[in-house]
Amino acid sequence: MDLDLYVPILAIGVLGAAFAFFSLAASWLSGPRRYNRARLDSYECGIEPTPQPIGGGRFQVKYFITAMLFIVFDIEIIFLYPFAVAFDSLGWFGLIEMGLFILTLVAAFAYVWRRGGLEWD
Amino acid sequence: MNYPSVHLAAEPSLDAFGTDNGWVIALKALLVFVFLVVFTLFNIWFERRVVARMQHRIGPNVNGPFGLLQSLADGVKLALKEDIIPKSADKVVYVVAPALSVIPAFIAWAVIPLGPVVTIPFTDIRTPLQLTDLPVGVLYILAVTSIGVYGIVLAGWSSGSTYALLGSLRSSAQVISYEVAMGLSFVTVFMYAGTMSMSGIVEAQAQNVWFILPLLPSFVIYAISMVGETNRAPFDLAEAEGELVGGFHTEYSSLKFALFFLAEYINLVTVSALAATLFLGGWRAPYPLSLWDGANEGYWPVLWFVGKCLAFIFFFIWLRGTLPRMRYDQFMKLGWKVLIPVSLVWIFGVSIVRVIQNEGGVDQQTLLIIAGVIVALLLASAFIPEKKPADEPAEPAGDFDAFAGGYPVPPMPGQRLPDPVVTVPADASQDQPRSDARDLDAPTNEEQSRG
Repeated sequence: MDLDLYVPILAIGVLGAAFAFFSLAASWLSGPRRYNRARLDSYECGIEPTPQPIGGGRFQVKYFITAMLFIVFDIEIIFLYPFAVAFDSLGWFGLIEMGLFILTLVAAFAYVWRRGGLEWD
Repeated sequence: MNYPSVHLAAEPSLDAFGTDNGWVIALKALLVFVFLVVFTLFNIWFERRVVARMQHRIGPNVNGPFGLLQSLADGVKLALKEDIIPKSADKVVYVVAPALSVIPAFIAWAVIPLGPVVTIPFTDIRTPLQLTDLPVGVLYILAVTSIGVYGIVLAGWSSGSTYALLGSLRSSAQVISYEVAMGLSFVTVFMYAGTMSMSGIVEAQAQNVWFILPLLPSFVIYAISMVGETNRAPFDLAEAEGELVGGFHTEYSSLKFALFFLAEYINLVTVSALAATLFLGGWRAPYPLSLWDGANEGYWPVLWFVGKCLAFIFFFIWLRGTLPRMRYDQFMKLGWKVLIPVSLVWIFGVSIVRVIQNEGGVDQQTLLIIAGVIVALLLASAFIPEKKPADEPAEPAGDFDAFAGGYPVPPMPGQRLPDPVVTVPADASQDQPRSDARDLDAPTNEEQSRG
């Protein structure tokens, strides 16, 4: 494995991180700091902010389902990539294998769709 | 059973990469970094000017020639603003989140090809105009840009504000939903290129045609999902001002806010660069220019590449100037129920056609006829009316109680408010009606005097 290919990623990563943390420090140092109780409240269009439980409170389970579906389908896409790269040398064998794979994917997708996992209401 | 032997396609050579010495790497990294920051400043100005023209305004034109220094002035102004950390924020995460969203935006550019192998001026060192390349280049970009979602989620979560939390949830759900469609649109490109490395894909298009021509549906799917990925109009639901104030960065001020904007605009350029590389031939000159022999030599390709990126950025701005924002459920429906099924069908179609072409057996004409029939069938299926959900049974009229929930609500369609009961006290005289029982259609004294 040729790690030389990965060194430049480190270089630009260090540059980006240096810039980001420099900006964070600079904004702390350069701006004025005048205490004001109302300014430190969270913004809610001028009314008293709704108290937030620690940990961000509750949110719709829809977001959770979306995240789970993403994980399932994203991993199946990753499996499609090596197949696509080697496609020309696999011939009919690869096509049939991949057809079976996509078929299972579509079955799961149809199930989720049918059960209403994709509805947003 | 006798499995057919599998030969991996000849890996395109990455020999040109990973041979730079220390200072060349540092120089190239610095140049990419400076390019991204300057291009972002330019893009913010460009967007404001173009949107202004589309809305019959002038846009920023005071600072510098044509107002070009406007973004820089804004940046300096932001640096001089107070850095607020809200009382309810989770301090550490709140401070780190902007960095977490901007660093992945930078490192995604490590594998974007900006040009061919060139000689660095005043030396005889030859190096590709690309920081590095990996055998899994596109996968690397997908992975790195996904890390940026952490910045968004953590920013919204750590702010301790309702709007920020809702904005970050929406934004992350949106990014991951469209990432599936985006990932699927790449599969056919890899099939044609036979590689996932960015320079390899550019090379494959040089020998063939630009992949936008044979793979137009993939390109359309990518173009839609890249707008969803970057949270841009008409998919900018994460910062729908009317609903969520500013979305996940509501609580951020000063340079932290600027970092989020920097990350957003770099991501904009990244998806544009990816589109240009995968579908529009990368840094190679477009047709009339490519007739000139030197068009793909030296530093000229950088110009073609930036031009292609700018075309996509103009497309983004055009969308923002033209289209109203989508509703969230429609947006998710488009991603999951339209783009993903269409991509799957398209991938399967492309793989069948390609395997037939490779293995022979069927001549081109038959193939075209079959493809035409399938396209016609698909088009016809678009006209099959969708099954309409049955109307909700109307509430029986008459027994609607406006105060059933504890506070008054207006009646739904099909419901009827009970007739108002007007009570007139027995001792009220006919010629002097009480003010609360008067005819509501008659104008009041105030209205009469005003009119």
